[in-house]
Amino acid sequence: MSGDPHPVRDGTTVTVENLSQSYGDVSVLDGVDLTVEPGEFVALVGPNGAGKTTLLRSINGVLDPDGGTVALDGTPVEELSSKAVSRQVATVPQDSHVGFSFTTEQIVEMGRTPHQSRLDWGTDSEPIERALERTETAQFRDRAVDDLSGGERQRVLLARALAQEPSVLVLDEPTASLDINHQIRVLGLVAGLVSEGNTAIAAIHDLDLAARFCDRLLLLSDGHIRARGSPESVLTDDALATAFGTTTAVTRNPATGTPTVAAFDERPSVGGRVHVVGGGVPGQRALRTLWQAGFDLSAGPLPAGDRAAELAAALECPTVTAPPFEPVDEDLRAEATAFAREADVIVVTDGPGGEALPETIDHSASIRAAFGGQSGVARQRVAALGDGGGRPPAGGAGIDRTVTSAETLLAAVRNCLDSG
Amino acid sequence: MRVHSRLLLWSSGLFAALVCTILVSARIGPVSIDTWTVVRATINTLAYPSGVSLESTRAGVLGHGLDLPVPDLAYTQPFSLSVDSSDQVIVQQLRLPRILLGAIVGFALATAGAVMQGFFRNPMADPSIIGVSSGAAVGAVAVIAFPIAMPFGLQTAAFVGSLIAAFGVYLIATEGGRTPVATLLLAGIAIQTFLGAVISYMLLYTGDNLEEAILWLMGHLRWSSWGDVEATLPLTVIVFVVLLAYARDLNVMLLGEEDAQTLGIDVEWTKRILLAGASIITAAGVAVAGIIGFVGLIVPHIMRLLVGPDHRILIPTSALAGATFLVAADTLARAGPAEVPVGIVTAAVGAPFFLFLLRKREVHAL
Repeated sequence: MSGDPHPVRDGTTVTVENLSQSYGDVSVLDGVDLTVEPGEFVALVGPNGAGKTTLLRSINGVLDPDGGTVALDGTPVEELSSKAVSRQVATVPQDSHVGFSFTTEQIVEMGRTPHQSRLDWGTDSEPIERALERTETAQFRDRAVDDLSGGERQRVLLARALAQEPSVLVLDEPTASLDINHQIRVLGLVAGLVSEGNTAIAAIHDLDLAARFCDRLLLLSDGHIRARGSPESVLTDDALATAFGTTTAVTRNPATGTPTVAAFDERPSVGGRVHVVGGGVPGQRALRTLWQAGFDLSAGPLPAGDRAAELAAALECPTVTAPPFEPVDEDLRAEATAFAREADVIVVTDGPGGEALPETIDHSASIRAAFGGQSGVARQRVAALGDGGGRPPAGGAGIDRTVTSAETLLAAVRNCLDSG
Repeated sequence: MRVHSRLLLWSSGLFAALVCTILVSARIGPVSIDTWTVVRATINTLAYPSGVSLESTRAGVLGHGLDLPVPDLAYTQPFSLSVDSSDQVIVQQLRLPRILLGAIVGFALATAGAVMQGFFRNPMADPSIIGVSSGAAVGAVAVIAFPIAMPFGLQTAAFVGSLIAAFGVYLIATEGGRTPVATLLLAGIAIQTFLGAVISYMLLYTGDNLEEAILWLMGHLRWSSWGDVEATLPLTVIVFVVLLAYARDLNVMLLGEEDAQTLGIDVEWTKRILLAGASIITAAGVAVAGIIGFVGLIVPHIMRLLVGPDHRILIPTSALAGATFLVAADTLARAGPAEVPVGIVTAAVGAPFFLFLLRKREVHAL
């Protein structure tokens, strides 16, 4: 979805000042300020009912502000005719049920309406063809839009907006009904238009996509802006917890390098501190399982930059990280040992980085978690733990000390805690 | 240019069908006239306006006689082909005015139907939906029931009545400069029901004129004159042109009002134009012909199956098809031993055809 470049034109700056909107008595937006310059792609993120769509509908002129102003290059949208606004601002709605079976091409052609006089029934085929091309909708140009899938229809609506040749794109959940391939193609296309000097504002539910494609994020909840700025600065656990009212973990997506957000149900608080040794996939899995179950966690040594270390950092648990692929030095080992001694239970996984600890630890409640199918390695480590001067694991008390699944890990940890 | 060429193709075909239907219809009647005589007599009838004079017409207004100046057009007939004089009179004075009036009324009702179905985004909408027909009926029946109290002619009363009803529905449904389509529909239904009660009540007092009132309510073209044609044609053509100019806006309105606005349509203004246009053109037709049902419903529906939803093509083709359909239906209505109101024919022929399409699954999606 790239193709030939869109004609470059003077961009439009969108300015929102102290905007308030309400439906009846219900205030939806309260004192919102926002400036989007040409060449910027801003994502509105936030929970359902935060006011994202209302903000978009104020920018494209569908709603007149109850208070404050929305301006395009300094001219209030209210003072412009809908035709004048639509020459600058194109909107991609969430979904349109059309009724009466217009074809894809007819729908895209309607995007030319702002540029044609009432009796001009000609078709500006060039912008229409370019829009069909760039959105990969040309292959169903003669099909009725109502017979298309939701994702295809969404792209047709984008094509209609491109045919408008706007300088501002307003998108309401443009990727909601798209598969992952088309999600990134559509957002990549918008990002491309933005790099050509257009302005784009999109409400996006998917925080990872927003972080990946947008220059700036605007976190809205309850009609207020809670945070704004780069994806890294907006997507923090605290801001997200305030806005969404749920627990999240922000990590970095290893493939894209951009923040990725995971949300969790309300986390139970069960008490009990568990120390996890060993990183990699097994370490990450142990951390995730135990954290979701509500235990307090500490971890380490974990190889720095390893996925388990990332998760531990996102979960904000005390962690000792060590440079990967080299022996853990004494200081770090001592630090990790200190964490481990404070814990009620130690979980040794068969991931990398944990081999330093067992020799120094003296702890009764330790569990070996062999998630990776490398139970041999874990067994060796636990054996080392047993031999290394500490007391041998009290395996006789009916506690299964070698676990291979999340469920059995939790059961073993709970058993350890119950038996003191 | 695809729109233009498709429009030209469909329109010329339908126009040819209309001309053929008119010629065939003019042959049929108590006196059978052969086609070539009809053609020659029709050519002889062709006329162009060649002058205007003011004539005083004595009109009774609330019991007072008033002399009103009325512009009168003088016509010149350029052709005089040889036709038997009685045939010429039958074609020119009896059959052609009725046939042409039928064509104009069919044209008007189908245009309004196409616009209303698009406006309401509902293919079951028809021109009467916002009370136009009921309003006309109130005006007409009032004149028939209480001839003395009414200062107007029946057609004027029907025309005025229909516009008052439509405007009333519009006012009721409008709040703060916005007219939600759903509210308009409900207000239209309520007003229709109320006016139905008024009509029924007045029918109780029509006495000897009951038959005339019933006949009008059924819709007929029986006493058509060139005067009716002169009164209806210009209005129909003007409003048709205005509506056609808004055909593309109507297309965009089908995407929903919010999308239409983001595509630069002045939504409320466009709705007003479409409503006013459809109401006036319906009123013009109903005033001279009474309530002829089904033309405005079924003709646009069938044309949409044939030409698709683009109103730039749908409105003109529906209009021409509506004209053809009503001329054909009226020919059937008067061809039998006893003439029946054409409204009965349009419903009796149209409904089964519609059901046929429904069963064939041609009519499925809204």
